[in-house]
Amino acid sequence: MPELLKFSRRLAVLPLFLVMAGCDMVVMSPSGDIAAQQRDLIVISTVLMLLIIVPVVFLTLFFAWRYRRSNTNAAYDPDWHHSTALEVVIWSAPLAIIIALGAITWISTHKLDPYRPLDRLDAEKAIPADAKPLTVEVVALDWKWLFFYPDLGVATVNELAAPVEVPIHFKITASSVMNSFYIPALAGQIYAMPGMETKLHAVINKAGEYEGFSANYSGDGFSHMRFKFHGLDRQGFDDWAARVKAQGTALNRDAYLKLEKPSEKEPVRYYSAVEDGLYRAILNLCVTPGKMCMEDMMHIDMMGGAGKESAENREKLEYDNRHSLAEGAPAATHPATGTPARSQQEPQGTGAEKPMQHDMPMGGHEGHSMPGMNHESDPAPPQLNH
Amino acid sequence: MFSDPDFLKLIFGRLTLDAIPYHEPILVVTFLAVVLGGIALIGLITYYRFWGTLWRDWLTSVDHKKIGIMYIILALVMLLRGFSDAIMMRLQQAMAFGGSEGYLPPHHYDQVFTAHGVIMIFFMAMPFVTGLMNFVVPLQIGARDVSFPFLNNFSFWMTTAGAIIIMLSLFVGEFARTGWLAYPPLSGADYSPGVGVDYYIWGLQIAGIGTTLSGINLIATIVKMRAPGMTMMKMPVFTWTSLCTNVLIVATFPVLTATLALLTLDRYAGTNFFTNDLGGNPMMYVNLIWIWGHPEVYILILPAFGIFSEVVATFCGKRLFGYASMVYATVVITILSYIVWLHHFFTMGSGASVNAFFGITTMIISIPTGAKMFNWLFTMYRGRIRFEVPMLWTIGFMVTFVLGGMTGVLLAVPPADFVLHNSLFLIAHFHNVIIGGVVFGLMAGVVYWFPKAFGFRLDPFWGKMSFWFWLTGFYFAFMPLYVLGLMGVTRRVSQFEDSSLQIWFVIAAFGAFLIALGILSMLIQLVVSFVRREELRDITGDPWDGRTLEWSTASPPPDYNFAFTPLVHDQDSWWDMKKRGHSRPLAGFKPIHMPKNTGTGVILGAISVVFAFAMVWYIWWLAILSFVAMVVIAIGHTFNYDRDFHIPANVVADTEGKRTEVLAVEVQA
Repeated sequence: MPELLKFSRRLAVLPLFLVMAGCDMVVMSPSGDIAAQQRDLIVISTVLMLLIIVPVVFLTLFFAWRYRRSNTNAAYDPDWHHSTALEVVIWSAPLAIIIALGAITWISTHKLDPYRPLDRLDAEKAIPADAKPLTVEVVALDWKWLFFYPDLGVATVNELAAPVEVPIHFKITASSVMNSFYIPALAGQIYAMPGMETKLHAVINKAGEYEGFSANYSGDGFSHMRFKFHGLDRQGFDDWAARVKAQGTALNRDAYLKLEKPSEKEPVRYYSAVEDGLYRAILNLCVTPGKMCMEDMMHIDMMGGAGKESAENREKLEYDNRHSLAEGAPAATHPATGTPARSQQEPQGTGAEKPMQHDMPMGGHEGHSMPGMNHESDPAPPQLNH
Repeated sequence: MFSDPDFLKLIFGRLTLDAIPYHEPILVVTFLAVVLGGIALIGLITYYRFWGTLWRDWLTSVDHKKIGIMYIILALVMLLRGFSDAIMMRLQQAMAFGGSEGYLPPHHYDQVFTAHGVIMIFFMAMPFVTGLMNFVVPLQIGARDVSFPFLNNFSFWMTTAGAIIIMLSLFVGEFARTGWLAYPPLSGADYSPGVGVDYYIWGLQIAGIGTTLSGINLIATIVKMRAPGMTMMKMPVFTWTSLCTNVLIVATFPVLTATLALLTLDRYAGTNFFTNDLGGNPMMYVNLIWIWGHPEVYILILPAFGIFSEVVATFCGKRLFGYASMVYATVVITILSYIVWLHHFFTMGSGASVNAFFGITTMIISIPTGAKMFNWLFTMYRGRIRFEVPMLWTIGFMVTFVLGGMTGVLLAVPPADFVLHNSLFLIAHFHNVIIGGVVFGLMAGVVYWFPKAFGFRLDPFWGKMSFWFWLTGFYFAFMPLYVLGLMGVTRRVSQFEDSSLQIWFVIAAFGAFLIALGILSMLIQLVVSFVRREELRDITGDPWDGRTLEWSTASPPPDYNFAFTPLVHDQDSWWDMKKRGHSRPLAGFKPIHMPKNTGTGVILGAISVVFAFAMVWYIWWLAILSFVAMVVIAIGHTFNYDRDFHIPANVVADTEGKRTEVLAVEVQA
């Protein structure tokens, strides 16, 4: 297999690169082992399919030329329309290719399943027995990325770093709408969805600065929903972590709720301390004080439901704030009327006030803060408008 | 009283003067152009005293040929709109680099790409395909009309109503900013509170009614109205692909309707099917919409495959190779297209076995598709190929489509899809199959059947210009997108930071410009052909030495299509008839039973526009009123017993007699 790989890579990629000389095709020359294997798969599949595509294109052009009307030397057989032997060939040739490709697909899909922990660092290196993977919790916000490092107790916005040759375990969610977490140099993408967690395992093999972004359209600020991914050596990563610790502020629920408000082109931010359970609260859509976490509701449901009393929980489960809009119904057109969509609200008047009017029989929302309580220590710098 | 906001709200819902985008110069200019164009058109119609004819012979017509032509006119108008959106996107992406924001702010750009997708699929490709099927299928099977002629007229007007609703959003309010499939939660009431998504929903729902009904109509027509002797395995291939397409339509459009209805409930009634909260699940929408969405692409491509099959056999002067395997391939594709939908979102994290299953089913579709490709290839083998314009489109298709097919199978490998999903590589892939397959097929079909519809051919010079501009334009426009996709550039981005990408977008914009020339050539072709119509006239009714029944009647066919129902003995029945020395019957004509025109379809279509507009803007009184009006008129129409008439035998004899004279002159000449 590796021989075939190398051969086919030379066969297909080299001429491609000659033609496209000078352009940086990150998908075809990635720096992470997972992305490299995905690239190999692209090459192998393409070569396999070219086995049939090239003859078809050639024959099309050849027949078109050969049997043109002006060429009276060519045979003309107006009633020839069937040949069992030929029919067998034209069905079985694509079938054979697809059987081969199908087998490759089945194996590679399981082997490169993003949920599956890595089994190697690259083609030559196995994972050392004492290796401890780096866990990163990723949250797609409107329109920036928040990264938690639970092992280090820090968090960042729009900047991600990882040590080279250390398996990274991403847990991914979103705050409002669907996004897709994608660093082409590292590994394939996976959706970031609100109230749900997706996973991705990857490793970066070469130090460097790479591009990361959302690959699923998510509204007005989508074009700038980008971040830098730094692959650093061990020392570099430790320095980076120390820098985050030193320069960062604290990220608690209040600060998060401000950060979560829609904004574009956010600068990089560091958080040196993260409130306990914040990622879990984001995942369960219950950062806003007074909201019931989805997992609590699911637990109640699993235990057979709470009967009629559960009607009282309704408001606590309304995460999207449609019902807190002044009109009580979707606003009129934006921008014609100037009435903004929810996703364009200015970062003021957080939804925190209203739900607080309700008592919380379920409990379990430790550590939420009253509106304005942490105003003094607001870690979010003023928004940069550039 | 008029300053009371509650009163205004009762009358106008959420519609206010601010909804008119007079502060958007692009839209104001467009609006003025539309108004001037409209005035010019109305002026021309008035000047030539065409109103009566227009109403009696076209708008209210239940003739499948006229409805087919009207569908195609609608498709061409919407092509111009959808292509303007494409040009705007190409310009924006070629400009917006290194801090430049281009000329379209995100809220406008996002509407443009949504409108482009929606219009091109629902209001360009769909009416185009439906129009061709409508025109050709009854003629190919030797029928006098479709099974339900009034339903046909009604379907057309519902489709048109949907298109009008989408076009209205340009000048009153806004269009959706969600992408063409409007994934929630982004398309939900919380994240898209404006009217854009509502325009989208109502436009598609109303057009969807038309599409579903026309699907039922054509299935019934093909199953029940074939000429005697035409068994299923003697049907022309285009009729076969039409049958499969309409089966797909009837099986999948209700899924779309139901999905959009659930989204409507979420937006209007506060339900929680697809919201984040209260147990809603947006993933359900993504699954449902693609359960419709994937068969939809086969709804579009299968008729194109049918057109190529007809064109190849005709212009190679040779019977289609492997008719049976062509038919089975079509049926296999029809069935398989239902079990591949998940390949549109491998990246949602369904797990390896599920992803691998859907990846492999997707690849399996390429087997029958490959077989079809070989069938066309071996039809060319030992043929006598005439390179008329339809054949050029076909060869352009065969070379271009295999490339799109290859990248499609590549995207069906889940781990490869993880790096290519949502990238410009994906955009290049589906334009490669939709332009290289569907559009080329429709263009071939138009040039091929135009003489049948109007009695004269299209000018070949401008047809060739159009073909070459489209072909080269396609490669210039979309090959750079393949490269950009491999460079990790994602779709729906309106501004870029990395200026090394710009050159590729500039090349793509140049390609779009070439395609614009292709479209312009097509329009010139229509005008030039009309001017030169006497030179291009075809009297025989069979200008291409055709093989199927539509070529056996006059061009344009008389209202009743065939004076006598043909008898079919072979697959290429007209070819067979010609070979056996068929002669036209010249006597023994009988009165022909025909359906009568009715204005009910136009009226229902117009009221449904009002209804949708009222729903979009929350003008509840008007919504209720127009809905009741629709129901009453629809019921009232069932009491219209004056719905048919007979063409007397002497009129038929007259019409056929004139044709006999014309043909006799032709033979002497």
